[in-house]
Amino acid sequence: MASLNVNGKTLDVNADSNTPLLWVLRDTLGMTGTKFGCGAALCGACTVHLDGKPIRSCSTPLSAAAGKKITTIEGIGSSDVGKKVQAAWASLDVPQCGYCQSGQIMAATALLTEKPKPTDADIDNAMAGNICRCGTYPRIRAAIHKAAKGA
Amino acid sequence: MSQLKNPTRRTFLKSSAAVGGGLIIGVALPGAFRDANAATDSKINAWIRIGSDNKITILSARSEMGQGVYTAMPTLVAEELEVDLRRIKVEIAPPGEVYINEMLGGQITGGSTSVTEAWEKLRVAGAQARMMLVSAAAQKWGVDASACRAQNATVTGPGGKKATYGQLAEAASKLPVPKDVKLKEPKEWRYIGKPLKRLDTPSKINGTAEFGIDVKMPGMLYAALAQCPVLGGKVASYDASKAKGMPGVKHVVQITDGVAVVADSWWQAKQARDALDIKWDGGPNAALSSESIAAALKAAAAKPGAVIKKQGDADAGMKGAAKTVEASYELPFLSHSPLEPMNFTADVRKDSALLVGPIQFQEGAAGMAASITGLKPAQITVRTTFLGGGFGRRIDLDFMAQAIEISKAVGAPVKLLWTREDDVTHDFYRPTSVHQMSGALDAGGKPTALKLHLTSSSVTSRLFPPFVKDGIDPFMTEAAVVPYDIPNQFADVVIHETGVRVGYWRSVSHALNIFANESFIDEMAVAAGKDPYEYRLALLDKQPRFKNVLQLAAAKAGWGKPLPKGRARGIGLMEGYGTYMAQVAEVSVQGGQIRVHRVVVAVDLGRMVNPNIVEQQIDSNIVFGLTALLYGEITLKDGRVQQTNFHDYKLLRMPETPKIELHIVQSTEKPGGIGEPATALIGPTVANAVFAATGKRLRKLPLRLA
Repeated sequence: MASLNVNGKTLDVNADSNTPLLWVLRDTLGMTGTKFGCGAALCGACTVHLDGKPIRSCSTPLSAAAGKKITTIEGIGSSDVGKKVQAAWASLDVPQCGYCQSGQIMAATALLTEKPKPTDADIDNAMAGNICRCGTYPRIRAAIHKAAKGA
Repeated sequence: MSQLKNPTRRTFLKSSAAVGGGLIIGVALPGAFRDANAATDSKINAWIRIGSDNKITILSARSEMGQGVYTAMPTLVAEELEVDLRRIKVEIAPPGEVYINEMLGGQITGGSTSVTEAWEKLRVAGAQARMMLVSAAAQKWGVDASACRAQNATVTGPGGKKATYGQLAEAASKLPVPKDVKLKEPKEWRYIGKPLKRLDTPSKINGTAEFGIDVKMPGMLYAALAQCPVLGGKVASYDASKAKGMPGVKHVVQITDGVAVVADSWWQAKQARDALDIKWDGGPNAALSSESIAAALKAAAAKPGAVIKKQGDADAGMKGAAKTVEASYELPFLSHSPLEPMNFTADVRKDSALLVGPIQFQEGAAGMAASITGLKPAQITVRTTFLGGGFGRRIDLDFMAQAIEISKAVGAPVKLLWTREDDVTHDFYRPTSVHQMSGALDAGGKPTALKLHLTSSSVTSRLFPPFVKDGIDPFMTEAAVVPYDIPNQFADVVIHETGVRVGYWRSVSHALNIFANESFIDEMAVAAGKDPYEYRLALLDKQPRFKNVLQLAAAKAGWGKPLPKGRARGIGLMEGYGTYMAQVAEVSVQGGQIRVHRVVVAVDLGRMVNPNIVEQQIDSNIVFGLTALLYGEITLKDGRVQQTNFHDYKLLRMPETPKIELHIVQSTEKPGGIGEPATALIGPTVANAVFAATGKRLRKLPLRLA
């Protein structure tokens, strides 16, 4: 039994401590907004925040997440930056298939929290780990700039 | 896929349903499969349901896989129905004959056909429903229908009479369907042609959109499946004793495609699957390698093919030429790699089956379900979720058959999920191909003859065999013929099966043939000593739509104007899915690395439903096409695919994405498809730019300079 703090709520979960956080969120807690893409920290679809930092939940064991603040796509709208990012995403109609977008939004929110006015190079650096097979990259870039301007 | 002319639909239905491995199951689709959302609402027609509370549901008969049909299909209905598009609910249609894509002959999402096929049909359906609602109001009030008006889901009549669609729906649903329908004039359109926001965006930015992987059923278990590493191989024997003792494991079952572990969570199932000890029988593909496949393909290419174009006398044209050019282009196998790995959720019981997942082919799913479960159509429910990308992969339904077999075996609802490695190594790959081209130039450099000889595998032979006739697969010869005015032309095609299972992959053969054709016309321009843009332009006097987009792309890209040092431009031109397109790419090459900086796209796709989605599709196609061009290659050794995940099957990322500029020709022509063509064209456009930058003509994909 482990205790997790997810989106401000404390939840007890019964899962092996080696279980990747992704599967605890999705299967144990039923929070399916965080996606599985590669299982090897190569695509970013599973990105969540651990104490505000973006991490790949597919490769982060439950034991490493216990006792830390976990934020997922379901809770990102409660932060000012997260709200702005979602608003910019909606305003520019970023998603296509939408599968990677939870991870993209989590990565973009982490970037804007650390660097409120990112350059294109900052965006390249922060977002390079998040694959979008539909190729929404031009709109993601525009939406990050828009969110930086206050959306 | 492009349009199949003269669809002999019933023949098609009887003989085909996409089933993994090429098993063909007869499909009877009497429209009697259950609707997962069978509501108490009044059904005005197959597309529209209206609740007494005035909640309006519009069905999309096409799967939403990013391309925007979830918005575009209801837009066509809502325009004529006179309802607020933002207020409606959208559902993906169940299997049903009325939902068949007439251009493809099946209930399939593919071939960039959705809008083209629905263009009239859905507006007529919307208008008919509106007329029925107006008639119901007129009858209720005892007035003439011409005195009533429909607007914003409400009918108004003389003397301030007013009724919502919800209040009229039940009566309207019983009225005869009007035959004489007058559609709105384009100038009256409120939605069509406007850059409206997508209806699925809100749920896709807060984690609530339901993809196949997110499906939940009460009592659901999770499955992971071990499949033979050799494509087409089978289980010889297995020992599950270790796996069975692992935490959470409930069942280990052998199914047609391998051994499945079913557990309380997917992670437990996957861990136990990896602990299975399986002896595989690789079967006939056990020795297959990229080298042996390439050698066999070349040998097949030495044979004459089925003729698809014969105009003038190409051989005589070659003999009398001032100059001849020859080139051969080679394309590799590719994986679809949608970001959502293959998955499906099935609850198969004695007297019912609930089947939910991300699929592009509801009709095939229905037939497959009936065949595997032995249940009657009325006992089977197929519901389609959002697709986390499709690109053609989810026309094949191997993963669905697997989930059905597993659920049936264990007697519980089961969600089967593949790993990324399962996905990359068990795709239905885009076929490898060889394109042998030769051209003749006169003394002035003008082309006088062109010969094309294509050798590749046929997806249609596996999936829809009746459509392959006399050695010609209509989906293999898409865009095989050039638009240029060349008097003597000959084109033929050899179907050669390699042993590797192949599937329809975004833009299908356009991507293959356009790469070869648009590279070769560039080579002819070089041989003639002419500018590649001017050279093409001079051959398009009989092709106004081609000519127009070519000129537009060149003008917007600043063709011929100086570029910063190290940069060079390439150009390409095509037609596909009724859409005309030209592209200009700007590239640079440093240390053998190709960098694409800017892509200008000019497109004439006829009428558009939603320019916002058109722009998305262009971005999407350019990125998708660049991935294939710069990285895409599936190789085999000992019958096994060697790539496994995104470290060795690379996909384009943000920093590598060029600036993409789109210029749309305002057109009143019939709508063309936009989900695929740009994928095909970016290949040769960039390859031509790389030639301009380096003087090296790359004829083999992916592009490699070293």
